[in-house]
Amino acid sequence: MTALLARFVSSRLFWPLVMLAVLLIIDVIAVPGFFAITIRDGNLYGSLIDILRNGAPTLIVAIGMTLVIATRGIDLSVGAVAAISGAVACSILLGSPDPGNPATVAVAIVVALLISLVLGVWNGFLVSVIGIQPIIATLILMTAGRGVAMLITEGQILTVTSPPFKALGSGFWLGIPIAVYVAAFVFVLAAVFTRRTALGMMIESVGINPEASRQAGIRARGLLFVVYTFSAVCAAIAGLILTANTMAADANNAALFIELDAILAVVIGGTSLAGGRYSLAGTLVGALVIQTLVTTVYTVGIPPIATMVFKAAVVTVVCLLQSPTTNQALASWRRSLAVRTGKGVASA
Amino acid sequence: MTTLLPAPAPTTGVSRKAPKGLGARIRDAFTSPKYGPVLVTAVLFVAVFVIGGIRYPGFLSGQVLLNLFVDNAYLIVLAVGMTFVILTGGIDLSVGAVVALSTMIAASLLQAGLPAAVVIPLILVATSALGLLVGLMIHYFKVQPFIATLAAMFLARGLCYVISQSSISITDPAFIALAVSRLPLGGGMSITWSVIIAVIVVAVAVWVLHRTRFGRTVYAIGGGEHSGMLMGLPVARTKVLVYVVSGFCSGLAGVLFTFYTLSGYPLTAIGTELDAIAAVVIGGTLLAGGYGFVLGSVLGVLVLGIIQTIITFEGTLSSWWTKIFIGVLLLVFIVLQRVLTARRR
Repeated sequence: MTALLARFVSSRLFWPLVMLAVLLIIDVIAVPGFFAITIRDGNLYGSLIDILRNGAPTLIVAIGMTLVIATRGIDLSVGAVAAISGAVACSILLGSPDPGNPATVAVAIVVALLISLVLGVWNGFLVSVIGIQPIIATLILMTAGRGVAMLITEGQILTVTSPPFKALGSGFWLGIPIAVYVAAFVFVLAAVFTRRTALGMMIESVGINPEASRQAGIRARGLLFVVYTFSAVCAAIAGLILTANTMAADANNAALFIELDAILAVVIGGTSLAGGRYSLAGTLVGALVIQTLVTTVYTVGIPPIATMVFKAAVVTVVCLLQSPTTNQALASWRRSLAVRTGKGVASA
Repeated sequence: MTTLLPAPAPTTGVSRKAPKGLGARIRDAFTSPKYGPVLVTAVLFVAVFVIGGIRYPGFLSGQVLLNLFVDNAYLIVLAVGMTFVILTGGIDLSVGAVVALSTMIAASLLQAGLPAAVVIPLILVATSALGLLVGLMIHYFKVQPFIATLAAMFLARGLCYVISQSSISITDPAFIALAVSRLPLGGGMSITWSVIIAVIVVAVAVWVLHRTRFGRTVYAIGGGEHSGMLMGLPVARTKVLVYVVSGFCSGLAGVLFTFYTLSGYPLTAIGTELDAIAAVVIGGTLLAGGYGFVLGSVLGVLVLGIIQTIITFEGTLSSWWTKIFIGVLLLVFIVLQRVLTARRR
């Protein structure tokens, strides 16, 4: 039992889960009925469902980001890609005679995803072929991408009316928000493809030591193309959900700071920015922590404007807890404790 | 050309004994990873300025050039701070939010009736302290610069909203006098106090980087942190200090930005960190650290400024083209750096 507990405490998911639990407990104390889920018109409603639905775009972006970070990279352009995909979809819907037609919506979504594919390949090209540092390579698209999105919308905020498109953002299927299904699909897809095949191991290997993995026969170049493209497609999906939520494409403010939230989710989930081992489950918990944090701020009655201060506090605390310095201090403290009680060194 | 400044970083160039002709020297300068990007930026700036002069009447004037400094004084100061951080191989994402925080502190304290002489030093101390915290987090807790400065960015932006959600205008007469008074230079040209401050900051930064131990350690950390440590350089202190420098510069840039807008607004200067990073990169500083000049970053700011000016003069081009142009320029310069460093290796 103690061994199991010790394993859990030393697991990478321990601190993020503690954080999530603390936030949820605060919520329940503030609002006793926080966990209540009601059924209206056959659809589930409640704070927990809201957390899942509103957290879906961040989670989707964060899944793509996890794989990029695992290769020792980073993708700053996801917000811009999300804005572009929203802008493309909205301008196609606006340009069509019948925006309510599901076929039109399907075309809009497919075109937006294809464009994001191109953008992802572009990032992959810069990183793997030209060999630019990922943070800078994606900075280019981050800066230029919002301009491109504005070019598509011609500086306007495009508003559309299209019930099938709206369903992507705020619709339900079998009582659960469609956005949650999309996020779950992306998560399962990433998990199956990287954990049930050798892909995940290769990604980690490239992240840990690019040179050694090259000598071991791993084609890092193709792998980088895959992860950056996947990240861009994830960003586009998130952008479509966000756009469908508001039914408006705002090139300037759509998915603003989503890259930061996504990176935070990955870091909170215990994946190191230095690349290598990654945890998709950790990213899931990280994204939930971020969304729960936002919800908590609203629930507890702190002015929503202070959300960012709290985000800063959470980031700082999680980073400090995960820092090697803290871990060393904790380890030596645990050892001295163990010696004092005469139980020997805890099996960590 | 090659004798601009004493080399603080080891030159990777191939040393040839034979005396060289002017042509070969110029070619060497343009293809060196150290001077090449700066020279290309300088040529680009002059070229754009001349093309603008041919295309638009009234463009090729001293005042247009001076206005580049007047309008971008705050960005120059920001880019100077960012150069220190990037030279060590770090990055500071918090500068835009810190600028916004400075405008908010300035506006709210001046509104409360404090004199400008108290408010401005207070801002500088506060932002330097924030930089110190970030630096300590990065060095002693081994938090990635990206994440630590991201947290600082959230904190600063959040504090802006806590101070006020709406714009606060500044009515303090002394502050306004300092902000709007122009110093005539003769010939109908004039500059503002912001420009003087920015120029002083640049001069001090050049001196610190090239003439002090601190500056040499900054370059050494960028060249190889571990080697620097083995050489007995004060790596820890320097690494923390560059973030203090960046924090101080962000605070000062915030004050200059307040001079420019004469108000505090929590949503102001979003994305300024990207402009500052872009200016530093276009100015020829290698993002991996080790190579780069403060004067290059100033040139980078001027290039960004002149693009903005051209778009204003053109009239028909929409503002979003600025972002696209900056992106394209970034791409060109990064590829250029890549090619130059690869050739010399």
